Amino acid sequence: MSESYSFEDYIAWDRLPHMWCAGCGHGITLKGIAMALADLQIPPHKALIASGIGCSGRAGDYVTFNRFQGTHGRTLAFATGINAACPDLKIIAFLGDGDCYAIGINHLIHAARRNLNVAVIIGNNRNYGMTGGQFSPTTPQNTITSTSRYGKPEPEIDMCSVVAEAGASFVARTTVYHTVELFSFIKKAINTQGLSFVEVLSPCPTYFGRYNNLGNAVDMFRTLKEKTLPLKDYEKLPHEEKEKFFWHGIKVQRERVDFITEYNNYAKRLQANKGGEMS
Amino acid sequence: MRQIFVQGNEACGLGAIAAGAKFFAGYPITPASELAEFCSKEMPKVGGYYFQMEDELASIAAVIGASLGGLRSFTATSGPGMSLMQENLGFAILAEVPCVIINVQRFGPSTGVATRPGQADIMQARWGTHGDHTIIALAPASVQECYDLTIEAFNLAERFSTPVILLSDGALAHLREKISVYDDGELEITPRSAPEIEPEKYLPYRPNEKGVPHLSPYGNRHILRVTSLIHDEKGYSTANPTTARCQLERLETKITGYQEELPQAKCYGSKNPDAVVISFGISARAARQAVHFLNNDNFEIGMMDLKTIWPFPEKNIQEYCSQAEKVFVVEMNRGQLTGEVERILPGLEVIPVLRADTQVISPQEIIEKIKEVLR
Ligand code: SF4
Repeated sequence: MSESYSFEDYIAWDRLPHMWCAGCGHGITLKGIAMALADLQIPPHKALIASGIGCSGRAGDYVTFNRFQGTHGRTLAFATGINAACPDLKIIAFLGDGDCYAIGINHLIHAARRNLNVAVIIGNNRNYGMTGGQFSPTTPQNTITSTSRYGKPEPEIDMCSVVAEAGASFVARTTVYHTVELFSFIKKAINTQGLSFVEVLSPCPTYFGRYNNLGNAVDMFRTLKEKTLPLKDYEKLPHEEKEKFFWHGIKVQRERVDFITEYNNYAKRLQANKGGEMS
Repeated sequence: MRQIFVQGNEACGLGAIAAGAKFFAGYPITPASELAEFCSKEMPKVGGYYFQMEDELASIAAVIGASLGGLRSFTATSGPGMSLMQENLGFAILAEVPCVIINVQRFGPSTGVATRPGQADIMQARWGTHGDHTIIALAPASVQECYDLTIEAFNLAERFSTPVILLSDGALAHLREKISVYDDGELEITPRSAPEIEPEKYLPYRPNEKGVPHLSPYGNRHILRVTSLIHDEKGYSTANPTTARCQLERLETKITGYQEELPQAKCYGSKNPDAVVISFGISARAARQAVHFLNNDNFEIGMMDLKTIWPFPEKNIQEYCSQAEKVFVVEMNRGQLTGEVERILPGLEVIPVLRADTQVISPQEIIEKIKEVLR
């Protein structure tokens, strides 16, 4: 290999400062993506960051490599076409919980079912940051947001379980506090054939933190340290204790052919059949 | 060329394949389903893709994604699906992504009468997605034109780097006619490739002298940045008022400045008509028949069968109608195109000849209406 890349080659330094608030977790995840790409020595023209709408959606403004930013929630549907046209492009979909779990949940479930070859990295800050801190599907019940001033009346959703059930090759969860794990999960996600899903708990001190008196960014990071448990420890907890903690770790890791490979194999079988009808 | 006997929907599919389409994503809907079925059979045979998506939002999104990867891509739908596609149609316009959307119009609004034709998506094609924008929309009036204009739609999408809508309808979609089609490989297609400029100097949204950018397919050494936000030439988002204004202006003028390159109306009947009939799509068939009959009956009537609906061919219509006193607009809706004709022909008497009851308009009722006015 003639060129060699460091994480700095993937960041558009001239575009900084970024628009994210001080203490926001998204920058850490973006650096994790850049470090993973450098570690895997993926040339910038063979990498694509695909984002949606919201704070995390701006990630593409701060990178040197290929960028796609779609409409709200639709990123994985766009990625389906990109993946077919460019099967050797490493697609990293960096999406928010509002974008991917509310308006985009349909596309996420179907992308996981098809096992689209995409690394889905979710910046789960448990609310809609960009629009002023409204509740999202991952906002815990009874917590305060700008649209749940008396406590959110709805329960939250565990998308790791949904995506695992739908058929993704790799499902994991971590936080922006666990940076070494974050970096290794992103790397695994990029290297996985099929859909890999990494949910990253990420503080939004500006809205979710402020509304719920969770302290400043440092306090919120401390919470990520203290209130999370490795998956195997978490599973041993009695039921009533589980509510107080988040698990982090790998939930699913399996070998499953990705959607485009599957489709291309099908087309090849058809062509070998001289274009006739398949029985 | 060879001759075949096919229905309108199949002709669109055949046209797409002849134009080098390699990607179709869609969702089942009446009366466009035959197009999806055709693509599911034919696309894999030509090394292309047929993806059946979870809805129409995803269908057009996948089409846009595939196009950004360099594949000629399209989808087909009808009213309710077209409504869902408006969101990402706007994306394709702003991000300047070539793609083709075939709207096999049915009777609406809402689910309407799913199995019956309509021509009431004219204004939706023009203004369905939010924000200022310009769109190219073509209207075939025969099965042959379903084939020809689909090919044309793909070429225009690349030429202008923009989505192109083909407005078919439920009657045309299921009409069977003998048409001429290209033999395999007879039509030469140059797929979109990386630009010649060095990758380091490439700016994805720097327009050429005609105002059109060259989007290098993803995966080439030329880095491509695409966003739904107003963006600079590098493809980074910006809220700069000058950039925003210039971008909107260019999205319009890159098309309206070159209207002569779009399919021109077909004109029939008297050379210096006192009265003109303007129509498009399936109604133009009935109108043409009516004009032919009236000419034989010594009425000095001419007719324009519009091939390009949007941008509206104002100058051509104004020129053609310069000697006329009365203009009849024949369409299967409650007067959507009539309003446009009135707007561009102030002082002329514009008479709508409409039918909006799920049935195809007949030559007889057009003749009766015209005679009633001209006598
Ligand atoms: S609003 Fe919240 S999520 Fe958005 S940038 Fe600020 S801290 Fe981050």
